[in-house]
Amino acid sequence: MATQASRAAGRLMISPAVILLFLWMIVPLGMTIWFSFLRYNLLIPGGETFAGFENYHYFFTDPNFWPALWNTLTLVLGVLLITTVGGILLALLLDQPMFGQGIVRVLVIAPFFVMPTVSALVWKNMFMNPVNGLFAWIARTLGFAPFDFLSAAPLFSIILIVAWQWLPFATLILLTALQSLDSEQLEAAEMDGAGPVSRFFYIMLPHLARAATVVILIQTIFLLSVFAEILVTTNGGPGNASTNLTYLVYSQSLLQYDVGLGSAGGIVAVILANIVAIFLMRMIGKNLET
Amino acid sequence: MGQIELKGVTKRFGDVEVIPPLDLQINEGEFVVFVGPSGCGKSTLLRLIAGLEDTTGGRIEIDGKDATDLRPAQRRLAMVFQSYALYPHMSVRKNIAFPLKMAKLSQAEIDKKVEGAAKVLNLSSYLDRRPGQLSGGQRQRVAIGRAIVREPAAFLFDEPLSNLDAALRVNMRLEISELHNSLKTTMIYVTHDQVEAMTMADKIVVLQAGRIEQVGTPLELYRTPKNRFVAGFIGSPKMNFIGGTEAQKHGAHEIGIRPEHITVGTSGDWQGRVTVSEHLGSDTYLHVQTDHGIINVRSAGNVDVHHGDTVWLTPETANIHKFDANGSAV
Repeated sequence: MATQASRAAGRLMISPAVILLFLWMIVPLGMTIWFSFLRYNLLIPGGETFAGFENYHYFFTDPNFWPALWNTLTLVLGVLLITTVGGILLALLLDQPMFGQGIVRVLVIAPFFVMPTVSALVWKNMFMNPVNGLFAWIARTLGFAPFDFLSAAPLFSIILIVAWQWLPFATLILLTALQSLDSEQLEAAEMDGAGPVSRFFYIMLPHLARAATVVILIQTIFLLSVFAEILVTTNGGPGNASTNLTYLVYSQSLLQYDVGLGSAGGIVAVILANIVAIFLMRMIGKNLET
Repeated sequence: MGQIELKGVTKRFGDVEVIPPLDLQINEGEFVVFVGPSGCGKSTLLRLIAGLEDTTGGRIEIDGKDATDLRPAQRRLAMVFQSYALYPHMSVRKNIAFPLKMAKLSQAEIDKKVEGAAKVLNLSSYLDRRPGQLSGGQRQRVAIGRAIVREPAAFLFDEPLSNLDAALRVNMRLEISELHNSLKTTMIYVTHDQVEAMTMADKIVVLQAGRIEQVGTPLELYRTPKNRFVAGFIGSPKMNFIGGTEAQKHGAHEIGIRPEHITVGTSGDWQGRVTVSEHLGSDTYLHVQTDHGIINVRSAGNVDVHHGDTVWLTPETANIHKFDANGSAV
């Protein structure tokens, strides 16, 4: 790609893909921004009128807004905490030579292949159900009263379910990172008098920093928009106890038929995600530089 | 301090015996080089001494005390790895300070020792850089720095120069020799390069398939190799081996003659045609096709022969090595 002609040809050849991707992004975004300025209710078709910032005003003053924002952040941070810490521990475990290593690794990755609605339903009906669930059975066997997860601790239950889905992803990335650690470095540390704990904190953990950054960045993007798990388990309730921003936008535009308000919420969510992304890149993005 | 003794040390990986029972005495302050072709078990032997591998049998004694079951850190040995094994996320200062920090020394003491080591190794101006920002030779020096701050009983080097380019290798060789002269600590050095072994060692241990073929000073090995393997391994270019009737004339199964012990002339014992001539200025290397196979010759100065010329070779009788059918020197 040295000469001007080859550079021009290169640009020409990637342009269809770039244009397609750009339209793919800009058209929905533009329509959402446009809808967010309209008084647009699905029950009054054809009655759209320009509303200015009215939708935004209603969205921010909605009594569900601040709880939803808080829930979103709790959900993201909770899942990130469980998956990165748990992922590092699982990766350490799976890195040990053991019998049936290949099968164990496949099994660990398996939850990632289960679609979110299915895994949420399995958790809801087979594990967390206060009557038929496995946890309830364990509690009764030990002589305790069963705990009704989804009503008593809805957000925590959803964090558990989502963390279970994302743990394999974190484990996988961190395991490959761990395997790329030069064994001579560990041996050198051993010669230098570092015990297993010191080796973990001084050699392994810094080595994993970059992979952990990737895990956190990618997961944050997906966790900000968790939806299916909430829809099939709690429907955002009880009350608004497990409503996050995505679910709030859904309920406003499709349960209350107010597309304008929902679009405004969507735009707020986009802006929020960008703020989070900037903070993340500032805080941990430097790990990605060599 | 720094006397290491191996008594019947054995290493097996499953059914494969990598190192058959082996005895070796390394005296205090000696520079010992383990040399041999790749896969001869020299690195495994070093790792056994370091404690990075468990012995299958035998005893390892360091300064007269049994160290066979001690953990690596308790053996008071320091190792320089082939890949240097620097900690990439730590600055040079922290790399060198790491063993001291693990030994829980006070910060003031650590600083003093790190500065001292950096001064010895000319690293003072690089202390705050990361290993990734250093050249190969500098990384090598950091690895050595990390080893010397611990003031170990002995240093172990595992092919430390094999990742460096030729010019740097010669430099580092000198630096390591100088370091040994100033520290007077026992050093064990593993290499497959016989030039490194010859130039640096007080004592060379030639290994093949886990067995010790010969132990001796560089010149002992050069002058009186115990067998055909040592004779062929030590010396560059390699010794020429001639069998058949020519060997029987000298009353041996096979004779060996070093390239530098053959004179080239217009008359002599063996006639041959020059296939390749390498003119280095100081020396001339000739590959000569004779009735006894290809014979390498090294002549001092510039000898004016070229490809296709016919020459006569005369071996120096006093420097002919004789071997019996088992390859042992007679």
